[in-house]
Amino acid sequence: MLAWTIYISFIGVGALMLLRPDQKKAARVVALTTALAGLAIALGGMFNYKLGSGIVTIKKLPWIASLGIDYHLAADGISLTLVLLTGIAAVVGILFSWNVENRVKEFFAFYLALIGAVYGVFLSFDLFLLFVFYELAIIPKYFLIAIWGSTNREYGAMKLALYSFVGSAMVLVGLIAAYVLAGAHTFNLLELAKFPFPKPFQMWAFPLVFAGFSILAGLWPFHTWAPTGHVAAPTAASMLLAGVVMKLGAYGALRVAMTLFPLGLEAWRGAIAALAVIGIVYGAMVALVQKDFKFVIGYSSVSHMGFVLLGLMTLTAIGLSGAVLQMFSHGIIAGLLFGVVGRMVYDRAHTRDLAELQGMNLSKALPFAAFTFVVGGLASMGLPVFSGFVAELQVLIGAWRGFPTPTFAILAGLGILVGVAYILRTIQKSFYSGLQLSPGSQSQPLEAISTPERIGAAILMAITLVIGLYPTLLLSLIQSGFDSPLMSKLLKGGTP
Amino acid sequence: MLTIVPLIGAVVLAGLESQKKSLARGMALSFSFVSLLLALLLWKNFDITASGIQFMERHRWIPSIGVEYFVGVDGLGLLMVLLSAIVVPFALLASWGIGEKANAYFSLMLFLQAGLFGAFTALNFFHWFIFWEMGLVPAYFLIKLWGGPERVSAATQFFIYTLLGSVTMLLGFVAIYLAAGTFDFIQLAEKGRNGGLAALFAIKPGWPGVSSGAIALMVFLGVFLGFAVKVPLIPFHTWLPNAYTEAPTGVSMVLTGVMSKMGVYGFIRILMPLFPNQMRSVLTPLLWLAVATIVFSAFAAFAQRDLKRMIAYSSINHLGYCLLGIFATLKLTDQGAQWPIEKAAALNGVFLQMFNHGLSASALFCFLGFLEQRTGARGLNDFGGLRKVAPVFCGLMGISLFASLGLPGLNGFIGEFLIFKGAFPLASWAASLSVIGLLVTAIFLLTILQRVFSGPLEARWAGFADLNLKERMIVFPVIALIFVLGIFPQFILQFITPTVVNMVAQLVS
Amino acid sequence: MNYADLLILIVPEMLIVVAAFVALIVDLAEMRHKPIRTRMFTAAMITVAGCLISMYWLSQTGQPSKYYDGILVIDPLTQLIKQIILVMTIFTALISIDSDFTEHVGEYFFLVLLATVGMMFLVSSENLLMIFVSLELLSLSLYILTAFNKQNIKSAEAALKYFLFGGMSAAFMLFGLSLVYGLSGEINLARIAEKLLKPPLDPLLSVALVMVVIGFGFKVAAVPFHLWAPDAYQGAPTPSAAFIASGSKVASFFILAKVMLVGFLHQDGSGAWRHFLPGWVPLIAMIAAASILLGNLAAIAQSSVRRLLAYSAIAQAGYILIGLLAENQQGIASLVFYITTYALTVLGAFGVVNIVQERGGEANLSTFAGLAKRAPLLSFCMMIFMLSLAGIPPLAGFFGKFYLFASAVGAGKSLGLLWLVIFAIAMSAVSLYYYLQVLKQIYVSAAPIDAPVIRAALLSRMAIALLALGVLVLGCAPDFFLQRIIPAVKAAGF
Repeated sequence: MLAWTIYISFIGVGALMLLRPDQKKAARVVALTTALAGLAIALGGMFNYKLGSGIVTIKKLPWIASLGIDYHLAADGISLTLVLLTGIAAVVGILFSWNVENRVKEFFAFYLALIGAVYGVFLSFDLFLLFVFYELAIIPKYFLIAIWGSTNREYGAMKLALYSFVGSAMVLVGLIAAYVLAGAHTFNLLELAKFPFPKPFQMWAFPLVFAGFSILAGLWPFHTWAPTGHVAAPTAASMLLAGVVMKLGAYGALRVAMTLFPLGLEAWRGAIAALAVIGIVYGAMVALVQKDFKFVIGYSSVSHMGFVLLGLMTLTAIGLSGAVLQMFSHGIIAGLLFGVVGRMVYDRAHTRDLAELQGMNLSKALPFAAFTFVVGGLASMGLPVFSGFVAELQVLIGAWRGFPTPTFAILAGLGILVGVAYILRTIQKSFYSGLQLSPGSQSQPLEAISTPERIGAAILMAITLVIGLYPTLLLSLIQSGFDSPLMSKLLKGGTP
Repeated sequence: MLTIVPLIGAVVLAGLESQKKSLARGMALSFSFVSLLLALLLWKNFDITASGIQFMERHRWIPSIGVEYFVGVDGLGLLMVLLSAIVVPFALLASWGIGEKANAYFSLMLFLQAGLFGAFTALNFFHWFIFWEMGLVPAYFLIKLWGGPERVSAATQFFIYTLLGSVTMLLGFVAIYLAAGTFDFIQLAEKGRNGGLAALFAIKPGWPGVSSGAIALMVFLGVFLGFAVKVPLIPFHTWLPNAYTEAPTGVSMVLTGVMSKMGVYGFIRILMPLFPNQMRSVLTPLLWLAVATIVFSAFAAFAQRDLKRMIAYSSINHLGYCLLGIFATLKLTDQGAQWPIEKAAALNGVFLQMFNHGLSASALFCFLGFLEQRTGARGLNDFGGLRKVAPVFCGLMGISLFASLGLPGLNGFIGEFLIFKGAFPLASWAASLSVIGLLVTAIFLLTILQRVFSGPLEARWAGFADLNLKERMIVFPVIALIFVLGIFPQFILQFITPTVVNMVAQLVS
Repeated sequence: MNYADLLILIVPEMLIVVAAFVALIVDLAEMRHKPIRTRMFTAAMITVAGCLISMYWLSQTGQPSKYYDGILVIDPLTQLIKQIILVMTIFTALISIDSDFTEHVGEYFFLVLLATVGMMFLVSSENLLMIFVSLELLSLSLYILTAFNKQNIKSAEAALKYFLFGGMSAAFMLFGLSLVYGLSGEINLARIAEKLLKPPLDPLLSVALVMVVIGFGFKVAAVPFHLWAPDAYQGAPTPSAAFIASGSKVASFFILAKVMLVGFLHQDGSGAWRHFLPGWVPLIAMIAAASILLGNLAAIAQSSVRRLLAYSAIAQAGYILIGLLAENQQGIASLVFYITTYALTVLGAFGVVNIVQERGGEANLSTFAGLAKRAPLLSFCMMIFMLSLAGIPPLAGFFGKFYLFASAVGAGKSLGLLWLVIFAIAMSAVSLYYYLQVLKQIYVSAAPIDAPVIRAALLSRMAIALLALGVLVLGCAPDFFLQRIIPAVKAAGF
């Protein structure tokens, strides 16, 4: 049933292509319906999943029999969580792009193609298939940004596309080599993970594949696509980029690189954790000095994804599930923030320069946007009650426990502090500058926040609050994901 | 249950349209009165003979990291709950005049109250931390949006300082959790009492080459920083004068009345039971800090020319006594085990002082608010001779000034007396030095009395209106309480004493 | 065996020759005064019909065997390759319909079909003489096809360059082949291999090897023998360029693989990292690496779509050579798969270029600006072609590359060729840049205000759409094609 999340997205693409270019309303409705259907299927899949049943195969057919490639879709707690995230992000992203007027049907077609590919990655357990979906996601991203983007869009789009492609090239090298070494008869993840690859091979294959995936997850120093890409992207695309696409990288790193090459992981995890921590602190510091509203959020994504990667490297149950929860949480929160910045503010004020926004006194003009951004900002800085806190706390605990010294945990904790600073600064500059305009200097009142935006923002806020208050809702699912034989061998520290 | 009432109120208010100002005020007030009622009910049902935690509730919350929904109160918690329940409606009434975005203002106030209640009842670190932070956010926005001219920097400074402390505290607790495997205060306290916490750090990962004792000390310092900023202790206090001065009256009242107590509460509830050995090992510096806080803030207050800043510094000064009492109590182990009540005097005084300072300081800020509202000025030298035109105002404000000064018969006296009584035998040098602070406090408070109320009346204040009936109604209950508690401290002592004795017993054992 | 039997064996080739003459005669006799489009259409239909009949015949004949000392080899693999070549010819004819670069329509199709015959003979031979003769038949036809646009001076220039380089390389190849003959006394590839059986490489043999590689290197436009390609691709009439890039590549690569793997079976040496041994494998590995590097880097700088495609073809030649280096059945299978999908893709791309160029003059990148509005279907097809060339799943180009690399990595000797594969994969990431440049023009840039909607003949649009569909299907479900290639390769006994 879950496989239909993929199919329905591509059916949506097909349906959109059949529309006439002037049927804008219909295009929106088709897109929203598709995304809602996808979300409904994802939810259904989640409720049908019995905790503790490990990896449940959804569909397994021989695909390219000559090479031992299967069409193998399956799900466990981790993929379900991320599929759910994708469903939510898809729906909300469409709500936030309700005002797209230029080439509407193409916009939503690319959008749904991206969504479909993302679903595909999260559900694939055949590495070839996973890789196909992974690369499939690159192209719609490029067009979404290059056509509908803003500042420096062509540059940002190209940078993103090339970075992703370089990353996937690295992954491809590792996968082919692993495939050949393991006897060249299967691409099934579950089979390959059982093969004991020789240590010298793992020593280079692991960093190659891991870094290849993590490029998309914004691992420092491969993160530079993220700020430019996010800034250039149209609202919905940056919501998806930060919300879902970055998770593709982290998911790939977890599901493929870490399970295939345990010896390489053991040898490299200290170094990678150090990079993750640098990313946390560096992203936050850089966000602190940005002039462009969206760059702040872009760099904050780098910082938050650093927590995901750090969590992955802890190899403890608590850190790993924290990392997955952080993926979910950051997806929701970043989506919210990008929604505010891109759709609510930029589309109306036509500037994202913090200095200019300062003069607009936006909290008066757009109280709902201000409220939403405050909630999103508080969630992003990791305040208790919101989902980010639980996730980051778990990562910290994991990092403390998983490494011989608490240095990583402490540095990451200080990164949170910088996070607070830039969020506060941004809140102040963007919405609550307190500068009063002389009456009349504002030529026209800004357009009110529309209903689709309100609904979208409310959904995201509600989710981050609910997960923040009762994280067990997702945590039990995520933790069950680490029970399967495939994932449980990652755990070193045992359960708390 | 207690926490939920203001929370509901806040959410309802946030949903209100911004035009319905009076409705917002009314609803906020009634919500806060309901919670006051609940707090009183709690007080009534509280078993004053029992020393342990009462009204316990616990549910599983996030089992994977040992987080539970775990609430309950002992004497200390109850005292603090009562204090917040009293001060918040008082503050709401004092900010009746807020015009701009009233619904948001009152909603944030109720959020703040919910955070306070939550923090004073929570018994699991995670749970407690949520509310600790939850109090911070509304306070930030209250200052930021409704504050004075320098509000932006004041609010930011306030937020960043406090959060810096929160983060180090969080890290400290992560370490504790890793070592002990629980976030439960009561269980942790048991472990801390046996000195087991430091031993646990020996097993769990730290830096290689660093002894477990040093790690325990570092963890302690991390957590300590969180509370020291909140109280605040000198030298972590610089956010406070700005924040208090810039905050709107009602908010200053809650900040000084209740929020600063969160820090002291943390010292008593968390630091003392968890880290007795670590605290003892750095007791002398700590005492110095307390003394410095008392003395320097008194001098600093003396040097101010802005009334609000003076009161702000005096606030630091008063909380310094609390810390002095706490630190002195820690010395107890060294001595023999006679007269438990006597030994508990300092701690008893701390509790009383917390409550009393909450009342008198918020009253003072309330009066300053009236003053500023009427004249737009709050400089020490701007006024003079107000007693002639506004006798009632001056009389009542004088009472609260005297209460703050520690005049016998008013509530401030008994707390400070107990603290000094307890502290002298334990840490006589510190106590003696602190007396200087006491004196200076008296001097500057009297200066206020003199400069503002007496002397020739300036012409421009000739039209200064005395308190009207409504305002009298607002302040009267608090003034009454100041008297009542000054004369019958037993009201409070009776239900905190068992708790205090219990705490001291645990500390000594 | 008598000549009648032989004739039956070469019926497919004969059919093409007949079709060539029919096309010529019909055009010269009946259509002289009809509009050019009509003549094009008629001749193209005759070509298509001839090719289809020939394909049908090919699918019917069985009985693998070798005749006359390997002059004619018939096995499932050669039959398959011939069918593939015929498919290329059919599509070349179809995309020609939409152009009017010449009035010598009959001659044009005549030459196309003659070139096809040359390819068909080329791929079904294991005899040096026959290989050289059919290669020349093919080349000469292609030279003329390149020069076919007499209004365009660039066409003449391109043809002259092509011709001069081609002549030179033919000389090299002939020299090399005669050395081989001198050393072995044989002209049959299999027997040459038997005679040359000793691993220490004879200096003379290495000269011969180098010369043969140079000759073929020119045919497949690999660096450093690629210089003719950009000019030829740019100057030649588009359908001719498409034909050079597709059908001729298929035949040349296939025969290169055959000569190397059958004829120089024991002179391979080793291309494993830090274990190089002299032989043709390290030689071709170097050529492949150089082609990939130079082709991709030079393509970035191009402003003409056709030159861009030319440099991309050079890079692709490098990838294809990797399949050859694998030296096993899987490598050949992957080579055949890749070259087929590549040819289909490039045909489609040239088809689109042809249509755009007919309406817009030059084939510069800017001519494509805003094509998505002006010709949505063509744009979509172009997107598929470009992404397939870049190797984006689920298109044929991706699976082709994947299969090539997987077989090269898997070629014995403990991941010996991994260095080349890593290099190739890294450079393919670079290639995405310039393919996206084309797509950027099409989808992102705005069309000039006065740009008209592009209308093209239904048939050529259908042909392009069919090609795009083919690329998509071969990418999504490569197995059905693989299941024809792999047994054929096995049967051919590589």
